[in-house]
Amino acid sequence: MKETKIAVKDLSLYYGDKQALKDINIDIPEKRVTAFIGPSGCGKSTFLRVLNRMNDLIDHVKIDGEVYIDGVNIYDKSLDIVNLRKNVGMVFQKSNLFPKTVYENIVYGPRLNGIRDKKLLDEIVEKTLNQAAIWDEAKDRLNENALSLSGGQQQRLCIARALAVEPEIILMDEPASALDPISTAKIEELIHELKLNYTIVIVTHNMQQAARVSDQTAFFYLGELIEYDRTTKIFTNPAKKQTEDYVTGRFG
Amino acid sequence: MEEKDFFSKSADSKYAKRIGKFTRVKESAIKFFFAVNGAMALIFIILIFIFLFKEGFKALEHIGLLDFLFFDRADASGIHQKVFEWYPTSEEARYSLVPLLLGTLLTAIPATIISTLLGVGTGIYLSEVANPKLKEFLKPAIELFAGIPTVVLGFIMLAVGASFFNDLLNPTNRLNAFVASIGLSFVIIPIIASLTEDALHSIPNDLRMASYGLGATKWQTVSRVILPAAFSGVSASIILGFGRAIGETMIVLMCAGNAANITADIFLSVRTMTATIAAEMGEVSQGSDHYYALFFIGIVLFTITFFLNLAAEIIISKMRKKNTF
Repeated sequence: MKETKIAVKDLSLYYGDKQALKDINIDIPEKRVTAFIGPSGCGKSTFLRVLNRMNDLIDHVKIDGEVYIDGVNIYDKSLDIVNLRKNVGMVFQKSNLFPKTVYENIVYGPRLNGIRDKKLLDEIVEKTLNQAAIWDEAKDRLNENALSLSGGQQQRLCIARALAVEPEIILMDEPASALDPISTAKIEELIHELKLNYTIVIVTHNMQQAARVSDQTAFFYLGELIEYDRTTKIFTNPAKKQTEDYVTGRFG
Repeated sequence: MEEKDFFSKSADSKYAKRIGKFTRVKESAIKFFFAVNGAMALIFIILIFIFLFKEGFKALEHIGLLDFLFFDRADASGIHQKVFEWYPTSEEARYSLVPLLLGTLLTAIPATIISTLLGVGTGIYLSEVANPKLKEFLKPAIELFAGIPTVVLGFIMLAVGASFFNDLLNPTNRLNAFVASIGLSFVIIPIIASLTEDALHSIPNDLRMASYGLGATKWQTVSRVILPAAFSGVSASIILGFGRAIGETMIVLMCAGNAANITADIFLSVRTMTATIAAEMGEVSQGSDHYYALFFIGIVLFTITFFLNLAAEIIISKMRKKNTF
């Protein structure tokens, strides 16, 4: 068994008066892929954003409970959120590249960290584009507007951009939901390679995708964590009736 | 029961209701009314445009293009000297627009610089920092500020502002380009602030999330992502503000001192093109050279502001297209 990277204790989240997450407890192991599944509005994306405190940017959100990463409670009042987000990268549902060149997109994060050396930045670009398996396609287009790339390339570029700040954890919010099957396959392949070095948490509404890429799966329903186990168990022999109904397609 | 033929038309269907003649006439009358209204506005603008150019170009017959630049004075010994002066009522009438142009620029440029700093800052505050409830109140309040009659702002600057800066900075003239440009800023800051806010607000939230997700602070996000992405919109707002500063009349008429100096000293009195027209048009005899010269100033002003506004419009429409990711 791998070591626990993220430990969540009794976490509840409220949008105003409405409770969106109810007493979530979960341990996420390091250098594995953990998938969050569940019907729309079940809170899986909200919970993902709890892990790098993206919800802080939304008004009227109140959070109770604790989230420990490497034993540190990230909801501690004195914690540096900016530093947290450097270590917990995020890839969004819709690719959100900056309207700049491919190169500028990748070096954005390293520059925030104060890296100015051109040679070092060049190395980071080549390394992360290779990691994201897009170097061959993008190496001749580094000075083109990133938005001129195809949708699948843009999403892999988003992953490369997240990798460039050298996070330990990567959160992915339905990263392939807007992509065609071939681009999706590339992203999934990439996730397989990345888990050697990174802890990956992925939200997906595609159950086949969860089954293909993840080591363990958490099923969310109406803001509650219903079941969390090895992926093979969730999909072949779930303990709860609701999980079984969902993974067999009876609702959701 | 008799079976109806499928293809026979039935008059008692609920779809068979016809429009009455009265309704049809009423509809077309309404349409006509609004078409005339729209056409009238356009026709008036075109007529003003034609009148301005017709009267202004007559100036070229009476005065000549070069005389608008300088006056060629020959003294007793026959030495020629170029004089850049605006003395249209002098016996030896001089019509150089150079001091007026300089006066306009010396009030409009400092005003635009001040307004850019404060206006863009306000726009950033409204779009990125202020909480939504405060913004809902602040933005209309700032836009309302742009609607204060400029004669009121001019009066305030004349009565209070000029004395204040006179004591503070001890300028050469009490009424000077600097006082006028402060007065102009009151009008231009709201314009730039409001348009900057629009430009920043139109940047998709995804980009902010991407930046925060990479560990950027708010200030880094604004300065490295939001402002560059909204660059065209922000620069359009500055150009529009500059155009307004050039065209503004009452404030510069009241506060700039109205002496047609050729100077780069912001603490000297200057006379702008707009103030010249406003001050002299009422007293000029119709059909005189002076009268046509004032219309020519009108053409110059119109051309400058027209091209500034055109540039801003082009930039803004390009920005709109670019932002549809």
